[in-house]
Amino acid sequence: MRVRKVLVVVAALFATLTMSSARPQNGGISGRVTFDGTPAKPRTIDMSMEPSCAKQYAKPVAAENVVTGPDNALENVVVYVSAGAPDEPPPSQPAILTQKGCRYAPHILAFQVNQDFEVVNDDQTSHNIHPLPSSNREWNKSQPPGAPPIEDKYARPEFIPVKCNIHPWMKGTLAVMKNSHYAITTGDGEFKLQNLPPGNYAITAWHESYGEQTQQVSITGSDSKTMNFVFKAKPY
Amino acid sequence: MMRAHKIIRFARIAVFIFAAASSSAAQESHIARWTGHADAGKQLYFRYCWGCHGFRGDGNGENAQYLNILPRNFVAATFKCRSTPTGTLPTDEDLSRAIERGLVNSNMPSWSALTNQQRGDLVAFIKTFSPRWKSEKPGDPIQVPPEPAINLESIQHGKELFTKLECWKCHGAEGRGDGPAAASLTDNSNQPIHPYDFQTGSRFKCGTTNEDLFKIFMTGLDGTPMPSFADVLKPNEAWDLVHYLRTLQVTHKSPELRLWESTKEGAEIMKATRVGGTPTGSGIN
Repeated sequence: MRVRKVLVVVAALFATLTMSSARPQNGGISGRVTFDGTPAKPRTIDMSMEPSCAKQYAKPVAAENVVTGPDNALENVVVYVSAGAPDEPPPSQPAILTQKGCRYAPHILAFQVNQDFEVVNDDQTSHNIHPLPSSNREWNKSQPPGAPPIEDKYARPEFIPVKCNIHPWMKGTLAVMKNSHYAITTGDGEFKLQNLPPGNYAITAWHESYGEQTQQVSITGSDSKTMNFVFKAKPY
Repeated sequence: MMRAHKIIRFARIAVFIFAAASSSAAQESHIARWTGHADAGKQLYFRYCWGCHGFRGDGNGENAQYLNILPRNFVAATFKCRSTPTGTLPTDEDLSRAIERGLVNSNMPSWSALTNQQRGDLVAFIKTFSPRWKSEKPGDPIQVPPEPAINLESIQHGKELFTKLECWKCHGAEGRGDGPAAASLTDNSNQPIHPYDFQTGSRFKCGTTNEDLFKIFMTGLDGTPMPSFADVLKPNEAWDLVHYLRTLQVTHKSPELRLWESTKEGAEIMKATRVGGTPTGSGIN
């Protein structure tokens, strides 16, 4: 009885493996995120309080709460499958957030539920890493120069603002995702979600200042669908 | 026979529903030899606490709008004074001690007039506001090794750590709470918050002893900008920092201060801070 069960499972596994490698049936979604209207002029950051950071920049850097690109492209938008895809186990490699020049790199770090993430201090000054989750546990740790990375993981999906209390301009986001189907727009505003099996999905685009939008999409076979998001820019 | 079975089954379901509905009542606290019961704590809470902490324990009581450090939100279950690492729940004793002591520089008074049993009951009830108390256990209390003897070496090393770890960024070079980052600090409710001023204060947020001071910076004050230094300080270094921090409390006669004043460096600093008394220490000869 048990042997037969094992055989069936092995057969099923073999079938799915060969199927997926022989005929890739999965589809994808690609598109662009733009803004409409006139965004507020980015605030410049005064880092004079922290000379070791200020000297890394030839001219003052701008706040990253709204970053735009050519042709109204909107950067730093997290586009992800918010419904329709099963939750996935986390990948084994950690996601890494680096504090460099008193800024967070990347500005938005996306990783999966229960995936390890590390916070690294590349600066010559102490930072305190203070993520402000609402449904995960909250901590606040000091990290002087040369201190080892701070490691943790989050159990629930959430967009978590992270800040440094010592350097009030340092603001970033930890995006904790339920599955691996997510993308963050770069300078051209474009995104790609790949390897989506046929099905109906809700696709959400999230921006830290402009909120979020959701669209429905249906993938059949190895479709490649196009989907665009337009956010209304806030002038203030 | 059949009917008896039915009645028993019905009774079981009724008991189950009742238990589920009154699950808050099942919450207990255990502090020393006292067992606190949420039922009893509920009575006390709606007599003494709800005015600030609110009906739902979310810190939105009717007095909250008049307070400039908002009452604790028990639904979020983020607590400042803990013996447990940052990000973990406090122990029952931590909560009971906070109720007994009150929180300096806030509107939370001392409830030392209540009995240990009553405080235990309140702790049990407070724990019904957040589901975290069902899914998580309190953190393991941090290790506090016995305090080594106070000597100048220890104070001097503590002073170096104060500079190296950049405590002065918020607390100021003289511990007046006027460091370069002080003005921009906000707590988790986005309310402005002041770093502790060692010069005018003697009591700390979470107690009065050296051990309390040790715990404050090793656990961090969750919900505030004060981080945990547990990952970057060894326990003996932490004691050195404690000894130095005591010398910043120029209005509090401590053995550390007396020893520090006996040195040339310490005496000069002490003289400057006492004579000046201006927020920046300017105009001192």
